[in-house]
Amino acid sequence: MILESKIPEGSIESKWTQYKGHCKLVNPPNKRKMTILVIGTGLAGASAAATLGELGYKVKAFCFQDSPRRAHSIAAQGGINAAKNYPNDGDSVFRLFYDTIKGGDYRSREANVHRLAEVSSNIIDQCVAQGVPFAREYSGLLSNRSFGGTQVQRTFYAAGQTGQQLLIGAYQALERQIAIGNVTMYNRHEMLDVVVKDGKAVGIIVRNLLDGKIERFAGTAVLLCSGGYGNVFYLSTNAMGANATAAWKAHNKGALFANPCFTQIHPTCIPVSGEYQSKLTLMSESLRNDGRIWVPKKKGDERHPADIPEDERDYYLERKYPAFGNLVPRDVASRAAKEQCDTGLGVGTSKKAVYLDFGSAIERYGKEKAHIQDIHNPSIDKIKELGRIVLSEKYGNLFDMYMKITGENPYLQPMRIYPAVHYTMGGLWVDYELQSTVKGLYVLGEANFSDHGANRLGASSLMQGLADGYFVIPYTLGNNLAQEIYNKPISTDDPIFDISEKAVRTQIEKLMNIKGKTSADTFHKRLGKIMWDKCGMARNEKNLKEAIIEIQALKKEFWQDLKIPGSQNEFNPELEKAGRIADFIELGELMCIDALHRNESCGGHFREEYQTPEGEALRQDEQFSYVAAWHRKAEHEWELFKEPLVFDSIKLAQRNYK
Amino acid sequence: MQHYKMNLTIQVWRQKNALEKGQFESYQVKDISSEMSFLEMFDVLNEQLLQEGKDPVAFDHDCREGICGMCSMYINGKPHGPWQANTTCQLHMRAFKDGDTIVVEPWRAQAFPVIKDLVVDRSAFDRIIQAGGYVSVGTSGNTIDANVIPIEKQKADMAFAAAMCIGCGACVAACKNSSAMLFLSAKVSHLSLLPQGQPERKIRVLNMLNKMDEEGFGACTNTNACEATCPKEISVTNIARLNLEYLNASLSKQD
Repeated sequence: MILESKIPEGSIESKWTQYKGHCKLVNPPNKRKMTILVIGTGLAGASAAATLGELGYKVKAFCFQDSPRRAHSIAAQGGINAAKNYPNDGDSVFRLFYDTIKGGDYRSREANVHRLAEVSSNIIDQCVAQGVPFAREYSGLLSNRSFGGTQVQRTFYAAGQTGQQLLIGAYQALERQIAIGNVTMYNRHEMLDVVVKDGKAVGIIVRNLLDGKIERFAGTAVLLCSGGYGNVFYLSTNAMGANATAAWKAHNKGALFANPCFTQIHPTCIPVSGEYQSKLTLMSESLRNDGRIWVPKKKGDERHPADIPEDERDYYLERKYPAFGNLVPRDVASRAAKEQCDTGLGVGTSKKAVYLDFGSAIERYGKEKAHIQDIHNPSIDKIKELGRIVLSEKYGNLFDMYMKITGENPYLQPMRIYPAVHYTMGGLWVDYELQSTVKGLYVLGEANFSDHGANRLGASSLMQGLADGYFVIPYTLGNNLAQEIYNKPISTDDPIFDISEKAVRTQIEKLMNIKGKTSADTFHKRLGKIMWDKCGMARNEKNLKEAIIEIQALKKEFWQDLKIPGSQNEFNPELEKAGRIADFIELGELMCIDALHRNESCGGHFREEYQTPEGEALRQDEQFSYVAAWHRKAEHEWELFKEPLVFDSIKLAQRNYK
Repeated sequence: MQHYKMNLTIQVWRQKNALEKGQFESYQVKDISSEMSFLEMFDVLNEQLLQEGKDPVAFDHDCREGICGMCSMYINGKPHGPWQANTTCQLHMRAFKDGDTIVVEPWRAQAFPVIKDLVVDRSAFDRIIQAGGYVSVGTSGNTIDANVIPIEKQKADMAFAAAMCIGCGACVAACKNSSAMLFLSAKVSHLSLLPQGQPERKIRVLNMLNKMDEEGFGACTNTNACEATCPKEISVTNIARLNLEYLNASLSKQD
């Protein structure tokens, strides 16, 4: 198999314009004859479904939650990037493109990333037109802030709830199309197979989660917008229901899985408190605009953070990376925190945490505010009081969330934070048109691999989800469907649907009939522990080899000892979980295989064997400047295909944030 | 912060499906840490029920960080439990003490039929949005530059405060009339405060209100129970604004 990326000819700046100018189109009457199936209703899925419905396609959209508005894009906090350059601080399409390639440690495809940077500005215009209430200045114009890995202020935001506001915008556009009748929505439905005929996706099999009925849907194209697979690790910042099942079923049907080992560990999350922990909560990267990260200089310093004087604190990010300071990219900040804790400098009861301190910001903002209010010689208490008000305007909801979870007040003492699994850069392989290696099967948003390389910059996932859904797929889908007007739509009575449905039913019956002793959650926790310990923030050959063996053993045990109560013909959350965990186990194995094969460190993939003398990730460009796309051949057996990465516009360099 | 362990009695509403009659069941859970979240305590209870060969309690939840709006438990007589401005998933066990009995019910409202145990059907909210909770702008991106229309910061902030609604339905569950006025008013306020919402301002409020009545939600009698229970502290002044919008729209309606 040769991976054809279908990158258009021409200079990097002209590719997308050229493509749009020359791609094939489908006229409105023909669009009305075509059914498009959209799986997932987060930013990518909701924006794609709404846009395609508006263009005239017949869209059927599916989500496993009770409403499309619940998708986990809603939890994104900090913001969305766009190369608007409103602050006039040196931003441009090229700089956003450059920052994203560099931030991704030179493991993403130039043409896709440039297109993303190009359409970024349209996203903001579109969202404002929909009534998304972004933060504004007193001038009435939009406000911007900084995020990690950049030196400009290009992030648009709505307090700490940007994802919510953008998703509600896309959800409203979707509901509008549902009301008009262009989109039919299927809530509480989970996709369990892609139906593939003669190498082409022609439909899906879904389970109605309310009554367990297995249903068939035929379509001219299938769009997977089903998000990432961070929950392989059990504990992550993902929602409880977030899963890889749709992507994994597609993989089993021939869609190659690219760079599965590229996972992002987010540096600022609330630390684990005990064995019962079910999920981890992110504290937005935007907090690093104002928070300073430190640990005590002395090991085993049990003093209250307020009692540790300035000169006995190590602001290690500011010390190690003076140019970017606390705003280094996520992978760098996470590894630095791990390093501090591994050397015994961690804080809190578990010692697996570092401080994120707002003390200086409170004083700085307080003085500013006092100046504005014309208060002369304000007392330190007055300054702090004013500063806390400013901070609560900027991050109020995040501080409240921290207080609810930990019972500690971050206005009075530093937050304790530790890295946690957050995002997956890897995903199903797609070409420039977002089409996977299965014809007619497209992958959008976090579910694909294409834009973030080995590390995603903050505020870029919202940008990618909406770019794919609003602005890329409407063109690329049409270009491919233009020839479909000559083909008769397939019916769900086609025997190929019988085969897929039977496979789905067999798997469910197999799961129900194990009748063992161990709950799905227990297996999930065990898988998560293997992945976190051996395929987490730092990886090495020995551990990865062990992990593969352990996962294979876990899989065996899972299929012998799983316990699911109730029946398959009813609302049964335990059955849902079990199916997803069965897929996570297989994906976990592939992640370890990929991590083991990639003998280099890049971005979120840190192999201990490959580091600079200062402990930074050391890439091996001559050998590994490619996308690793895996084809599943049999159980425990994958074949590697490589898409070479060519850098014409940006020179490969060792990342430097000093 | 001092952490502690506790033993609790949990009385849960069990109902097999929408048609069958439900009843309370009582369960004991032991060694619950004060650091756990309320839903993690339910994870422990469900693991226990599973091991005893009983059916685990079905409940809706997803993000577990207070933003998706999916969790929906009526705890000790209050939607989302005893804490102010909180969702069920963000309630932590330090709100309780050793020996407590905790009573957990689903949202109770005619427009939210029970699916199973604590899971209810809130799709009526989606249909209210379908009736007009949007700006009828295309998704082409061929709109004007985002900074062409300045929006007064105060208004933008008010619109945002209303748009924070997570659509959980606690306002309906708290209301003795099962009214959805707070939910509806949040959306109407969000859009009518912004210049982008102006062209459809009148038709929106009329259509959405009609839909709300049609779905079987009750009328508002201004008890403010909705505001008191709202996890995002959406203000009842939005209901006042909704009433004003409705009055304006009705008086100037052109048939």
